[in-house]
Amino acid sequence: MARIQLRDLCGARSGDKGDISDLSLFADDEAAYEALLSEVTAERVKAHFGELVDGDVERYEARNVLALKFVMHGALGGGAPRSLRADNLGKTHGATLLRMWVDVPDDVAANAKRRERPPTP
Amino acid sequence: MTVRLGGGQGFYGDGHGPVDDLLAAGVDYLVCEALAELTLAILQKDRQRDESLGYTRDLPLYLQQAMPYILDGRTRFITNAGGINPVAAGRAVIGAARSLGVSGVKVATVVGDDVRSSASQLGLPDDALFASAYLGARPIVEALDAGAQVVITGRVADASLFLAPLVHEFGWAWDDWDRLAAGIVVGHLLECSGQVTGGNYSGRWWENPDPTRIAFPLADVEPDGSAVISKPQETGGMVTFDTVREQLLYEVHDPAHYFSPDVVADFTSLTLDDLGDDRVRVSGVRAASPPSTDTYKGLVCTPAGYAGEARLAYSWPDAEAKARAALAFLRKRAEENGVPVEEWREEYFGVNAFGGPTVDNGDCEPPEVIGRLAWRTADRDSAGRVVGEVGVLGLSGPPTISGTGRGRGDGRPSQLLAVEPFYVDKKLVDDQVRVEVEEI
Repeated sequence: MARIQLRDLCGARSGDKGDISDLSLFADDEAAYEALLSEVTAERVKAHFGELVDGDVERYEARNVLALKFVMHGALGGGAPRSLRADNLGKTHGATLLRMWVDVPDDVAANAKRRERPPTP
Repeated sequence: MTVRLGGGQGFYGDGHGPVDDLLAAGVDYLVCEALAELTLAILQKDRQRDESLGYTRDLPLYLQQAMPYILDGRTRFITNAGGINPVAAGRAVIGAARSLGVSGVKVATVVGDDVRSSASQLGLPDDALFASAYLGARPIVEALDAGAQVVITGRVADASLFLAPLVHEFGWAWDDWDRLAAGIVVGHLLECSGQVTGGNYSGRWWENPDPTRIAFPLADVEPDGSAVISKPQETGGMVTFDTVREQLLYEVHDPAHYFSPDVVADFTSLTLDDLGDDRVRVSGVRAASPPSTDTYKGLVCTPAGYAGEARLAYSWPDAEAKARAALAFLRKRAEENGVPVEEWREEYFGVNAFGGPTVDNGDCEPPEVIGRLAWRTADRDSAGRVVGEVGVLGLSGPPTISGTGRGRGDGRPSQLLAVEPFYVDKKLVDDQVRVEVEEI
């Protein structure tokens, strides 16, 4: 097994509906998807976000596009037009989940396709 | 026969240049989705100031762009830019068309999403600033069937705006659930404009071709509901399996049960095929079981107090400690002044403002930190009283205080609005929906 940060393993996008933050993780192959399935559980995501998420976290699977969906309740300070948060739309929550470290099979870590970084001037 | 849809807008404030590219590429329907949940609250503030507002005010500009194509009979135009005042939006469109010297164009206005008159029956609060049900595609189809070339609606669900022209063109039945679900998928993929064509892409976003000219999307839809998502030639951005799936799951909650007013779609049933050259095929969409509900979702908006905010920047060394001291100063002064603050929010940009407890900076000391303090009060005056103490920090607070640039962050109170979902019997709403078609 190898330890890897999600930023190197998958993509993420997040958005809002009321006080719910809705985020998805995207794997690049079946093996990576299986690793995400076993490692990134709703319970772990809830614990990861800590004080940022007051309510429950639900997980859904979309194997057809190798994606996992997390629906996080009470996650936006009451919803965009009511929230005191700078990120009142939860746009950064996908990135916040990418900070999580997971243990995956060696080949999954070796094949991780998101290690490239943007050029810096 | 295919029908080509263009996604001309993803929010109130979106770009107009890519719309010209869509029109030039040739679209049967230009569909502009203007309403996020937050947008309705913004429009409500407009309408509080002026009863004749409450729609997105850049609507006439879109109409002006599309008008030559509408007059040629090449393109029809559908939008929910009517917001919480579609009647006023319809008037604005007709006024704009007349000022362009246009005649012979049929403009339809869809009303009936406003359910405030049924507030008590629905158990909604008396002080609702707006209460709107998400309508589906039906009234738009009715308008198109009546020959409308421009259709202005209020709160019609985003994806349903795109389903409507497909139902009109292909004659899909209202219980042809899989086809309806396929149309909703196409609509969902197009409703956020550049977000399916490389915008907000979390992969190698820096490889987006021509990133200042990210295209808006096209969909070529077949009678069976399958479609190819693409973009106009000679534009920026990209359409790949990866950009399309990121949009597919955007804000959908349970992907096996995507609730629209017209059908419950199962997004886990479909197949995405990357055809190369910025073309992705979507096919095999099925409806969920059961495929529909008896209710429409709605949103109700009530006042929720006032917010104030201060942003204070500090330099290394010890930037975080200084920013924390400054925010503590403001909170203490508000307390001593007896300001009734109901909620505080502290954020430290450069430390953990977004990531909160997930951030581990180790021993790395940030070169600068912005402390952001936000607060909620019941009334506007109290919100303003907190910020009165910010100036004192200039000479009597921690060292190295700096501004964060001009504008914003001036602490001027703004109204907070609570927006909550509700569910309303479809029949109650359908009975009040009206489609009015006027020829200019």
